[in-house]
Amino acid sequence: MKVAFLGATRGIGRSLSRLMAARGDDLFLLGRDVDDLERSARDLEARAGRGSVGAAHCDLEKPGGFASALDAAEARLGGLEAVVVTAGDFALQPDLEQDVERTRRLLDVDFTNTVIFCEHARRRLLARGGGTLAVFSSVAGERGRKPVILYGAAKAGLSRYLEGLDHKFRAQGLRTVCVKPGFVKTSMTEGLRPPPFAGEPDSVARVVLRAIDRGQPVVYAPPIWRWIMLVIRLLPRSVMRRVQF
Amino acid sequence: MAGREVRSEDLEALTRDAVLCRGLGRSYGDSSLPPPSHPVVAATPLADRILSFDAASGTLRAEAGLSLRALNRSFLPRGFYAPVTPGTQMITLGGMVAADVHGKNHHRDGCFGAHVRRLRMRVADGRILECSPAQEPDLFRATIGGMGLTGHILEVECRLVRVPSPWVLTETERIHDIDRFIEGLKEAGSRWPHTMGWIDCLSRGSLMGRGILMKGRWAEPPEAPRGVPVPRRRPSVPFVLPGWVVNRWTVRAFNAAYYRSHVPHVRRAVVHPESFFYPLDAIGHWNRMYGPRGFTQYQCVLPESAGRGAARRFLELLTRRGGASMLCVIKDCGPEGIGLLSFPKPGISIALDIPIHDGTQSLVDALNELVIAEGGRVYLAKDQLTRPEHFRAMEPRLAAWTCIRRKWDPDGRLRSAQSVRLLGDRA
Repeated sequence: MKVAFLGATRGIGRSLSRLMAARGDDLFLLGRDVDDLERSARDLEARAGRGSVGAAHCDLEKPGGFASALDAAEARLGGLEAVVVTAGDFALQPDLEQDVERTRRLLDVDFTNTVIFCEHARRRLLARGGGTLAVFSSVAGERGRKPVILYGAAKAGLSRYLEGLDHKFRAQGLRTVCVKPGFVKTSMTEGLRPPPFAGEPDSVARVVLRAIDRGQPVVYAPPIWRWIMLVIRLLPRSVMRRVQF
Repeated sequence: MAGREVRSEDLEALTRDAVLCRGLGRSYGDSSLPPPSHPVVAATPLADRILSFDAASGTLRAEAGLSLRALNRSFLPRGFYAPVTPGTQMITLGGMVAADVHGKNHHRDGCFGAHVRRLRMRVADGRILECSPAQEPDLFRATIGGMGLTGHILEVECRLVRVPSPWVLTETERIHDIDRFIEGLKEAGSRWPHTMGWIDCLSRGSLMGRGILMKGRWAEPPEAPRGVPVPRRRPSVPFVLPGWVVNRWTVRAFNAAYYRSHVPHVRRAVVHPESFFYPLDAIGHWNRMYGPRGFTQYQCVLPESAGRGAARRFLELLTRRGGASMLCVIKDCGPEGIGLLSFPKPGISIALDIPIHDGTQSLVDALNELVIAEGGRVYLAKDQLTRPEHFRAMEPRLAAWTCIRRKWDPDGRLRSAQSVRLLGDRA
């Protein structure tokens, strides 16, 4: 599979890109820190023991660069069969409520610019007759919850967007995979107390890769979070007002 | 003890204000715990990228948080393995350097430090620099086995060895007593690259030191099964067992059964390298067996100069003091390595688990006094209870090491709970 990967340097993206490289997928890395991308590219090459991994600058805060970044990926890979987006911004509610600029940045990165990036990717994949667009949303988008109101709202919007893409374009060969990780122990959640059923990036990545291979439209990872979120979605407002999660 | 880890993929940022780094936290004592006044330790396992690998020379460069398990699982299918490996894979490259780990092949290949070519470090004043046997050699030698107290290890460049097949050929042999054991280790060491022994340390009298001698080497292609060994899923001790589960009688029964079930006296097999090198990794959370108070490890080396009777004198003291231990491992060590504070020296190393109880401190004190009298020393990666005066008596090299440490960290910024306890660093 020829994959353009936005966000392979850290967290679940790092684990997922390693699984892909190890089984022989061709990867092209996109991200905002070129030195860091190069280090990850060398890591993937060394672990795979073959092939070479390209990289190019792409910053979710700068949508002007999306088209050229994807062009570079397509040219280097000699095609494009999948686009994976794990990058995003994360902040807890108290850090955002006092800071309008920080809020705008989070909403831009996690919703507007991610959607714009996906639009560029979608057009390229459809032009080639289809492919897989796998994007990391979050279980935080399933319900308005006190600690993650703004992050959750952006991810809710992203999930709906991906759902709509799936409805409209699946028949034309675009397989949209909306990944909804539960709490996973990565640097993104560093410093937060892990709740029960917190996942490890490597095992979450295996679940996600299987979903990508099957073209599953929505995947919860770890899988138990599907049932946890089912319960949370069913909780009445009166309960949600009282609880702190 | 209160304390917490902070983790990041970015070691340069993570170590900027850190006083101590840790890897996967498997050192048995307090060497990876922070000093009481600064209860934060920088954890490296997220920084685990391989930066380069040259198959012609086997040279690997990687970030310090790369685990040995990830390294072996990536490279074994390609015919490479770590040159030296301790008894667990749950260790990072940085930890392997800091503890200058040794393995079953110490008598032949020395410590891990002998295979390290370069280190990238952040030293106490904040600078980031490279060191090697040729560049800042004093810092290099003080860092190998220096327990992370000379600077934060960011990247490690080391050599992997080429293996003829991904399988290990083993021979195990039942041995009747300690004197035969030491002879057996010596003799096996001349023919086998990997040797070690498990001892039933509750057996007494003429059976004292009976056990099983294990020898191994990489299988040659005609001896090996086809295919690459597949890592197995491992069972796990699901919760902390009650404290009485491991006691003198259960340990005695376990040891006797383990010893007697080894029939015939000599067995040969071709096995998965993980089951040969890391038998304890086969059971997740095995430490929970020891109950809520846990256990400590004690590992010492008794030098050749102390003569063959030293191991017997050690076991006599241990059994007299009732030091019940399921795990007692004996191994002969080769020459001292380049690390200024590395543990091994020529002689016999003995390692044992000791469940924590009220008498554990005095047991360790008594063992340490014997070790000092024999001219031996203890392994810092496993130590939690040695007294500072005992450590000084064991370590004539301490002054030279401290001198280099002070040159690179005049204010004594880098420290651990262990260095506070053992070296008198400020809390």
